[in-house]
Amino acid sequence: MPEPLLDVRGVTLQYKTKDHLVTATYRVSFQVFRSDRFVILGPSGCGKSTLLKAVGGYIEPVEGEIRLGGEVIRKPGPDRVMVFQEFDQLLPWKTVKRNVMFALTASRKLSGKKAEEKALQYIEKVNLAQSANSFPHTLSGGMKQRVAIARGMAMEPAILLMDEPFAALDALTRNKMQEELLQLWEGTRFTVLFVTHSIPEAVRIGNRILLLSPHPGQVKAELNSTGRDETGPGGVTLTQRIQELLFGQVQGEVARHD
Amino acid sequence: MTENTVQTQRPEFVTPVQKSFGVVQKPLTRWERIYNHAGIRKGALLIAMALIWEVYARKIDNPLLFPTFSATVAALWRAIASGVIPQRTWSSISVLLQGYGVGLLLAGLLTALATATQVGTDLLETLSSMFNPLPSIALLPLAVLWFGLGNGSLIFVLIHAVLWSVALNTHAGFRAVPEALRMVGRNYGLSGLRYVGLILIPAAFPNILTGLKIGWAFAWRTLIAAELVFGVSQGSGGLGWYIFENKNLLETANVFAGLFTVILIGLAVENLIFRNIEMRTVHKWGMQR
Repeated sequence: MPEPLLDVRGVTLQYKTKDHLVTATYRVSFQVFRSDRFVILGPSGCGKSTLLKAVGGYIEPVEGEIRLGGEVIRKPGPDRVMVFQEFDQLLPWKTVKRNVMFALTASRKLSGKKAEEKALQYIEKVNLAQSANSFPHTLSGGMKQRVAIARGMAMEPAILLMDEPFAALDALTRNKMQEELLQLWEGTRFTVLFVTHSIPEAVRIGNRILLLSPHPGQVKAELNSTGRDETGPGGVTLTQRIQELLFGQVQGEVARHD
Repeated sequence: MTENTVQTQRPEFVTPVQKSFGVVQKPLTRWERIYNHAGIRKGALLIAMALIWEVYARKIDNPLLFPTFSATVAALWRAIASGVIPQRTWSSISVLLQGYGVGLLLAGLLTALATATQVGTDLLETLSSMFNPLPSIALLPLAVLWFGLGNGSLIFVLIHAVLWSVALNTHAGFRAVPEALRMVGRNYGLSGLRYVGLILIPAAFPNILTGLKIGWAFAWRTLIAAELVFGVSQGSGGLGWYIFENKNLLETANVFAGLFTVILIGLAVENLIFRNIEMRTVHKWGMQR
């Protein structure tokens, strides 16, 4: 077995609200390998976004450690680019092209003409060449997310972190974006860590799916997916299996509370 | 299921959609196009007001209390031609720019401190809630005691007029920067001054601009008021002193001409400078309608 690219070991994450100390995840471990489309799936409150932020370097684990290529993650860095759910992740004062270039120049990866070339190359990849000189406020939600993905990919990071990037889109656009993401992946085989609460999205996007249980987030299962929701050995589809794993437990808990 | 069968049965159909249309829009009438022009609407209002002024002043016929619009314009023209108004205006503007500049610098420092530390935030909040409601002009007697009759005192009150509104607005703007943008900035390795310059300032620009506009208006009215109180020390004095002087000479048309100049400069700064900055920045970026 090769070395994992991202190694999350026994990570417990906590954050403070005004009057509580909340444990978001408890001793979560998983490994992401190169060119994985690794999906973290779970209901709200399972700490999946917090987990992604920890990989991004925004939150420090209170227990355990996260290693990327053997190095412990301590702060945010351009080797782990994040794509957020929010549309306001684009800098409104820069055009599409400048937004992508900004990532390259701010991180001092490239400058000038080279940054522009690379930016245009990735804008082309997400089919936005015609809007390269438009300001973000003139774009639709789906287009904004494409720009954010282009910006992330132009950095050619070790791992692309996506925090429910399609959750705020309408169903038709979301479908199209999922397809486009898979096509992009076919082209460059980048490693992506994808957080979602949608089972169909996880089954479609991921090749490996980590299921988390809520309050606090704990690893429930890790499953393989071919993207086609095939029927497994037990005679149930992957979607049904995931549903059973997630909701079977919830019903059990409700019963116990009663 | 039973509900479905109860519903009325309707035939399905698919219909071809017309592909080519004629023009679906028709041009506005000339009157509508003229009316849509903000400048023309406002200009018409100004002309109407000038007319009312002229007619009313002619009716009461008392140039000592209320000169006509035409007499005011004539006085203004004479004062500009003789070079008095331009010189007084320059004297006012140069003091104003000094005070505004130092005020902005201090506001920048205070905001930087407030952004960097919790103590700084507390300091800014406490100081501005103490001093922001205090009219600058109320500090003038104290300023005269400390700095004497001269530009020093004027600049002191100007700084006070500018500082709080700019610092408060900038700080509020920084705090309102969306979390996603902050995280994007840190994601690409920005920190310290580069983070402030490349993320915080542009993201907070609508607020900063509001602060600059309020600061400018406060400064301008404070300066004119302060010059009315004193201002003779500088030999010539500024516009405020010009107004005061002519009131003493009972040259009411000149008083109006002085006020007119104050208004015109205010309008010019708002409509030429700030409006232009707005159009090129926050408006173009879609951050403000």
